[in-house]
Amino acid sequence: MDYSEKVMDHFANPRNCRKMEDANGVGTVGNPTCGDLMTIYIKVNDDEVIEDISFQTFGCGAAIATSSMITEIAVGKTVDEALKISRNDVADELDGLPPIKMHCSNLAADGLQAAIENYKENNQ
Amino acid sequence: MYLDNSATTQVSEEVFEEMKPYFTEEFGNPSTLYKYGRESKKALNQARQRVADAINAKPEEIIFTSGGSESDNLAIKGIAFKLAKKGKHIITTEIEHPAVTETLHFLESLDFKVTYLPVYENGIIKIEDLKEAITDETILITVMHANNEIGTVQPIEEIGKIAKEHGIKFHTDAVQSFGKIEVDVEKLNVDLLSLSSHKLNGPKGVGAIYIRKGTRLVPLIHGGGQERGIRAGTENVPGIVGFGKACELASQQLEEHYEKLSSIRDELIEKVLSTVPEAYVNGDREQRLPNLVNFRFKAIEGESLILLLDAKGYQASTGSACSSNKLEASPVLTALGLDPVDVHGSLRISLAPESDTFDIDEFVGIIAESVARLREMSPLWNQELDYDGVMCSKHGDDCRMC
Ligand SMILES: Cc1ncc(COP(=O)(O)O)c(C=O)c1O
Ligand code: FES
Repeated sequence: MDYSEKVMDHFANPRNCRKMEDANGVGTVGNPTCGDLMTIYIKVNDDEVIEDISFQTFGCGAAIATSSMITEIAVGKTVDEALKISRNDVADELDGLPPIKMHCSNLAADGLQAAIENYKENNQ
Repeated sequence: MYLDNSATTQVSEEVFEEMKPYFTEEFGNPSTLYKYGRESKKALNQARQRVADAINAKPEEIIFTSGGSESDNLAIKGIAFKLAKKGKHIITTEIEHPAVTETLHFLESLDFKVTYLPVYENGIIKIEDLKEAITDETILITVMHANNEIGTVQPIEEIGKIAKEHGIKFHTDAVQSFGKIEVDVEKLNVDLLSLSSHKLNGPKGVGAIYIRKGTRLVPLIHGGGQERGIRAGTENVPGIVGFGKACELASQQLEEHYEKLSSIRDELIEKVLSTVPEAYVNGDREQRLPNLVNFRFKAIEGESLILLLDAKGYQASTGSACSSNKLEASPVLTALGLDPVDVHGSLRISLAPESDTFDIDEFVGIIAESVARLREMSPLWNQELDYDGVMCSKHGDDCRMC
């Protein structure tokens, strides 16, 4: 696989990779049949800011790297800002992904959205 | 440490030395009559004899090709087109190499019917299933000798006997077994057999097909009548010479290599299974190649494991080299009836005679550490996760996995 250095760095040293016990939003996306499954945990504070974010991923190098990257992009953003993070943003921040792996950045963006939706449901 | 010898191998020094003159001094076209041509022709004949000797065939039964894929194509299309008037039914297995499977898919588009025999958890077909599949229309049975992903060995002798009884042509892809276990066309009862040079320390882009005397097939490449009209094109003389040498060396050392490789393999299996929790071997433990093992680790994905091992200096693969650029789950592992998640957690280690220098304990330690690390990241390890309801449809149109 032709991964960029950034992808390899986030794969080898993933940021914020852990289960979060006190999360107030959790989202799981992917399909283990396809070979990837990602859970994103967020802790949103009273100002609607994502104060803490973490992930757990079963998947290829790109899936792990995109999960790691999206936690870095999203932390400190309000949930509304975070919802605007697009699939391309994740890939761009990683200096690109091999075309066949682009769906992994979809997975990360979708995972974050799912976590935010879950947070909103919890707080209605 | 290179541990992906089922994908390809390094050309050995002896093979390379043997090839060299045929690029430069001895460059003649074997079809010409003057000295240069005669030298090339002689070299071709010698190589043909070496390949024939290695599989207990006669030299006139060996046709050189560009490799295993071409040999598979030639055997299957060649027989199908030759015998189409007699019948259009072919029997194969669920775990063939794409060179076979894709050829059969192509024939299906031309109205041939194909039966794919199931393999069971052990990766081996059942003879009863084969007997039941045979019809009056059956013209060809094609079953691989040893599988390239899991290394299981099929009961070729028995299949060959049944094919013979029914007057059905029988082809086997022996690309992975050749040079690792005995390949004897008489014992195996085959009419056609595919070989490739680059899996046994020979050069890439060259191989052969064994065609039993009296077996007629339609050529794929028409032209100047080389290879008895079955495969036209000026011969790849240096490649064929290298292939011939590789065959000679492999058969001389077959038993010695078998002992050496199977003892490394067994030690590796024993140590991995006793060190790594929830680790399994894919495919039968007995009926397998001496140089290949395919492990399965719960809750992790194979590619990320390969990347971690590569970072530590060990090159292995998840399965076949062909599938590493595709995203579909391995059809071979799926055919074993594994849970889809488990299909993704595979690691194939394939050894070569030169692999005896590697430190098994160190390697097993690195596997254990890498697997543990990925499991720590995995939402599927030690957690109850109900993933049945997790959507897939949210992904974009460019998601090629669904
Ligand atoms: C079982 C099997 N058949 C056929 C092939 C194709 O051989 P080649 O690469 O020489 O075309 C391979 C390996 O690539 C193989 O493992
Ligand atoms: S993995 Fe199946 S939709 Fe993306």
